[in-house]
Amino acid sequence: MRRYAAPLLFLLPATILIVLFFLIPVVTTVFLSLTDISTVTFKNPSWVGLQNYRDLLVDPFIPKIFYNTGRYVGLTLLFNVGMGLVLALLTSLIPERHGDNFRTLWLVPRIMPPVVYVFVWQGLLARAPFGIISDLTGINQGWINSSPWTTIILANGFVGASFGMLIFTSAIRAIPRDLFYAAAVDGASTWQTVRRVVLPLLRWPILFVTVYQTLSLLTSFEYILLLTDGGPGLFKTTVWSLHAYKLALSNYFGNIEFGLGAAMATFLVVIGVIVSLVYMRVFNFRELVSEPKIEVN
Amino acid sequence: MTGVTVRLEGLVKHFGRVQALKGIDLTLTPGELVAFLGPSGCGKTTTLLLIAGIYKATAGQIFFDDRRIDHLHPRDRDIGMVFQSYALYPHLTMFENIAFPLRLQRVPKAEVKRKVEQTAELLGISEQLLRRPALVSGGQQQRAALARALVKEPRVLLLDEPLSNLDALIRLSARAEIRRLQKELGITSILVTHDQSEALAMADRVAVFSVGEVEQFATPEELYKAPATTFVAGFVGFPPMNLFEGRFNGAFEAKGLKIPLSPGHPGGKGYLGIRPEDIRFDGEIAARVLLVEVLGKDSLLTLEAAGHILKAMSLEGMQVAIGDELLLNFPVEKLHLFDAEGKRIQRQAS
Ligand SMILES: Nc1ncnc2c1ncn2[C@@H]1O[C@H](COP(=O)(O)OP(=O)(O)OP(=O)(O)O)[C@@H](O)[C@H]1O
Ligand SMILES: [Mg+2]
Repeated sequence: MRRYAAPLLFLLPATILIVLFFLIPVVTTVFLSLTDISTVTFKNPSWVGLQNYRDLLVDPFIPKIFYNTGRYVGLTLLFNVGMGLVLALLTSLIPERHGDNFRTLWLVPRIMPPVVYVFVWQGLLARAPFGIISDLTGINQGWINSSPWTTIILANGFVGASFGMLIFTSAIRAIPRDLFYAAAVDGASTWQTVRRVVLPLLRWPILFVTVYQTLSLLTSFEYILLLTDGGPGLFKTTVWSLHAYKLALSNYFGNIEFGLGAAMATFLVVIGVIVSLVYMRVFNFRELVSEPKIEVN
Repeated sequence: MTGVTVRLEGLVKHFGRVQALKGIDLTLTPGELVAFLGPSGCGKTTTLLLIAGIYKATAGQIFFDDRRIDHLHPRDRDIGMVFQSYALYPHLTMFENIAFPLRLQRVPKAEVKRKVEQTAELLGISEQLLRRPALVSGGQQQRAALARALVKEPRVLLLDEPLSNLDALIRLSARAEIRRLQKELGITSILVTHDQSEALAMADRVAVFSVGEVEQFATPEELYKAPATTFVAGFVGFPPMNLFEGRFNGAFEAKGLKIPLSPGHPGGKGYLGIRPEDIRFDGEIAARVLLVEVLGKDSLLTLEAAGHILKAMSLEGMQVAIGDELLLNFPVEKLHLFDAEGKRIQRQAS
């Protein structure tokens, strides 16, 4: 036991945080998901076992929502990470001052309140005479309703890309200048340097951004809520977290079903953990983690 | 592999308002190893990076043989370079690091393997080829960097302080090894260093840099025997030459000192220099011993004569202690004379 005293001490702060903000909420959620707690039964909920999960399985819209979620997360992620990478590379190649200015500009939507940001999109995409796109193209339509997915992915992606952009830029800057010189002397073109030197060295930040963005996309729904509210039509753009939110916190019928919402949330946690494990496999996580620099025992 | 003539003409490089190079003119003969020697920040690396094509010159031209190359991309210049940091690609194995230039040239796989193994063999790192650079020693990294530079059989080899990260013993053997390889392959090479013993030991000729300029370009022997400027005189040789500022009129006079000269030199202000190892102890310049540093067989003495501090080497068997009075002799034929600008005054034939 004494042997592990020091390592345990070092692990303590992180452990406390994980227990407080991850483990306890997860356990609470799982616990709630096994009850029928709702507005009606709030005072004396009863234990229903896996009933909530059974209900989810037979809900005819759940497959659709599941598919929507995959599509939303997958496509937005691709746009986010890809765009973030492209922006980071481009702004690193141009003179530093212009690169910095450009990146600052790209950050504006991120510091905007989401409601304002969505207003901007609505201003762009509304019918004439209010919508700029309708005015410019002469095709007068409600663009959000006619292409809801594209709108959602772009609106999310433009904000999301700035995260990857910042992380990748700092990672690119951390690559020693001599490596770029060596690549040039060895005969690499700019593109070859990017592909054979820069990208491999960005593996860790790419993994980090991908995992982080996947998890936050799985649970984020504010832009969808504000742009389409899950429509148009029945569940057209409803994703898992939005559905859970509606079941658990904002139900049309006033009977808010905490238990059912918790079951959905639990499901999401499981998906998140599985996806993270898959990523770590794909990116060969073990190899990315470096040997400890100090030895505590 | 045969080396080329490398010719630098009026190379000027500005970084914003910083004038890193003020005009460099140098010609390297084929197969020659030239050392760039100078203090930190004098523009040695900048010159190398200009030759490599990483930087663009503000003015001036670079020729390999008679072909002007300063507008070419680095990959079209046919150079190999070893960086001070080695700049090995951390994500690639040693094998892939060395193979990198060949892979870019789309050399067939079997030939890549053959060449990499051959070069690794030459440098004695065959056993380490499958490891990542972070897992091998500094000396092995340095060899891998050299192997990567040599594997594509360049016409010009640029070495930017390749030995400065090695410990003293390995450095000595690496010196000999690089020199042997370079001679064998006959590649025109430039070795940047601020270690003069390295420059003097390895190079055919040495270019001594002061801030942004070449002070002297000569063989190690010439640098030592006839430094062209007071800068070179003070920089080359260990311990450095003693320099006195004063005036020539028949003899050399510097406050409180009068040193006789052979006849036939100009008058006016200037400098007189003498190497510590050339000072003898059978004259009439009175000096007091301030410090004795034992350097193995003999000792380095720090002396004070008429308010001037100077260094001298003790002679074999000489017993000296701090506070001793000595009578110094500056032999006329060992004196170096410089004019008021610090330029060497050629000794008159006598
Ligand atoms: N990329 C750059 N941008 C601005 N100034 C630079 C740059 N590279 C070099 N300099 C300046 O040019 C001068 C010469 O630098 P250089 O690196 O060539 O010196 P060096 O002789 O190689 O020195 P060291 O022995 O310390 O490596 C220095 O004053 C340096 O600050
Ligand atoms: Mg340098």
